[in-house]
Amino acid sequence: MSTASKASTEPGARQAGRKTYRVLTCKVGLDGHDRGVKVVSRALRDAGVEVIYAGLRQTPEMVVEAAIQEDVDAIGVSLHSGAHMTLIPRILELLKERGAQGIVVFGGGIIPADDARQLRSMGVAEIFGPGTALQDIVEFVNNGFTPKPA
Amino acid sequence: MALRRTKTIREEWEEHYRGGKQSPREGATISGVPLQPLYTPEDLAGWDYEEKLGYPGHFPYTRGVYHSMYRGRPWTIRQFAGYGSAEETNRRYKFLLAHGQTGLSVAFDMPTLMGYDSDDPLSRGEVGHCGVAIDSLEDMETLLNGMRLDSITTSMTINSPAAILYAMYIAAGEKTGVSLDRLGGTLQNDILKEYIAQKEYIFPPEPSMRLVVDTIVFAARHMPRWNAVSISGYHIREAGSTAVQELAFTLADGMAYVEAAMAAGLGVDEFAPRLSFFFDSHIDFFEEIAKFRAARRLWARIMRDRYGARDPRSWMLRFHTQTAGVSLTRQQVENNVSRTAVEAMAAVLGGTNSLHTNAMDEVLALPTERAAQIALRTQQILAHETGITNTIDPLGGSYFVERLTDEMEAGARRYFDRIEEQGGVLACIENGFFQREIADAAFEFERKLEAGERIVVGVNEYREGDDTPVPTLRIGPETEAAQVHKLSALRARRDGSSVQIRLEELKTVASGRENLMPSLIACVKAYVTEGEIMGALKEVFGVYREQSIY
Repeated sequence: MSTASKASTEPGARQAGRKTYRVLTCKVGLDGHDRGVKVVSRALRDAGVEVIYAGLRQTPEMVVEAAIQEDVDAIGVSLHSGAHMTLIPRILELLKERGAQGIVVFGGGIIPADDARQLRSMGVAEIFGPGTALQDIVEFVNNGFTPKPA
Repeated sequence: MALRRTKTIREEWEEHYRGGKQSPREGATISGVPLQPLYTPEDLAGWDYEEKLGYPGHFPYTRGVYHSMYRGRPWTIRQFAGYGSAEETNRRYKFLLAHGQTGLSVAFDMPTLMGYDSDDPLSRGEVGHCGVAIDSLEDMETLLNGMRLDSITTSMTINSPAAILYAMYIAAGEKTGVSLDRLGGTLQNDILKEYIAQKEYIFPPEPSMRLVVDTIVFAARHMPRWNAVSISGYHIREAGSTAVQELAFTLADGMAYVEAAMAAGLGVDEFAPRLSFFFDSHIDFFEEIAKFRAARRLWARIMRDRYGARDPRSWMLRFHTQTAGVSLTRQQVENNVSRTAVEAMAAVLGGTNSLHTNAMDEVLALPTERAAQIALRTQQILAHETGITNTIDPLGGSYFVERLTDEMEAGARRYFDRIEEQGGVLACIENGFFQREIADAAFEFERKLEAGERIVVGVNEYREGDDTPVPTLRIGPETEAAQVHKLSALRARRDGSSVQIRLEELKTVASGRENLMPSLIACVKAYVTEGEIMGALKEVFGVYREQSIY
């Protein structure tokens, strides 16, 4: 289930030798602000990423279940409701319970810097705040979910 | 002869213009409407003053809905606020009223907006975050404690459960001895734009429309000072639409409500005077001013000519404006004060009736008290220092603004035709037309930004290193715990059997055609909670799921 092993065996690899990543994007929490997640989903799709947009009001349980069913490399979570410190850690916890820690979690939305730092220390690969360039997110995904060096 | 000479000079100017230096950017509005470098009388050929503008307070109201506009009374400063518990929000309201605010505007938290009680598992982590948590009449009474409900007006930003919060406000008023006819305020209650843009829908469109119509009918019969629906373009714009789309989709929604209320048996002039609107004021200054002016003119003509309204108040498009949340940047947060001031000025020059200015830090979290105060002061500076209130519709007659106003109107009419061809607003929600148009516009906007075709200061140009951290307001987990505790105490204390009786009655009424408001008022008076009421209505109405378009 680890990302590394999938990268070498999957047929989705492109001629350049770069893997085609599968990403589940979703909105967790109760708010309906889906402009960001849709724009990011489309930019990733246009950049050759296989995107599954799970839609609005997903619970952590639904997200983790879908991520495992769809065999994705990563989950992109968007939140604007302020519930990020409850819901994102819950996703990490559920992934661990299901033995699916290999699935990368990254996110964006209205998430204050302090909270973003804390989420990264818990294992979230990256938090993209308002004003992030789409290209940065695309590169992050296509570079195997490696955050840009600060 | 005179005309010929003008032409020659014009040609000369054109030569100079073309020969000179020109920026490759800024040849279009933020929405992509192409702009000329100069507008002259030629752009208004055949333009008729009486037909296009008329006088303030007169059809078609392009110059404003009131005869004296801001000479008579400035716009209402209405800052949207609410967080944490009802007690905390009540304190914030008292603070705002003491500092010159003239009306209340309630922000609810996500569980309240989505119809869940604070102790629902789906509410976890969200209680009191985006606004105030209201579970029952008890919370509403706390929220309004010490307020003179017969002298203030209250705007409540809530949609799917709007009828329930409306019932709570009515019940709270009654308990303090203020009768229905003296309560003044506005419900947002615009469910159509939820399917189109903000996505806080719960029930399917048809029962949702019935709830809206029930509130319109109830207000028309009993509450002459109440606006039952505030038809909103704000969320459509924030979701990424262009200015023309915001204008067109909002007025199309307005027409859908008018038709639904007329189908329910109301005469158009019985309710139309109380319809109000809510628009975004984005950063493209002149486009926004043109949008507001075009909105008034379009609505006046639609109401008079299409629906046969005879009462001039039915022709008037009155609106609230909020500056654009999406225009704010996380980078160099203080710059947002300048953006907001420009947007607020556009709203005022466009003749807004009330205004919310965003706080600079809202891109990061809920506003701090300091940031909220600067936002309030921004409006006061506009109202008292700039002289902007002295002359009505000061840009009226500008070749550019009039031409742009005409283009806004024509663009909106083209959309009305496309919506009608597809079978109307509900059909366009179901086939995803609105959602696709908005998603495309949002993506195009981002593309331009990425390509450097648009500059956003501090984001893709004029960047600085790490931003200095700004203090933000934080809502601790204790708010949720306290609210859940309060709610369980209420459940234990109230009369459980009357709760059950009220809920059964509600389901019976919901299954029929009768107006739901009396039954909802009876429910809230028995301290039935919002989540319980929504649960009962979901049993009857079902829930809506959308197809995701991106």
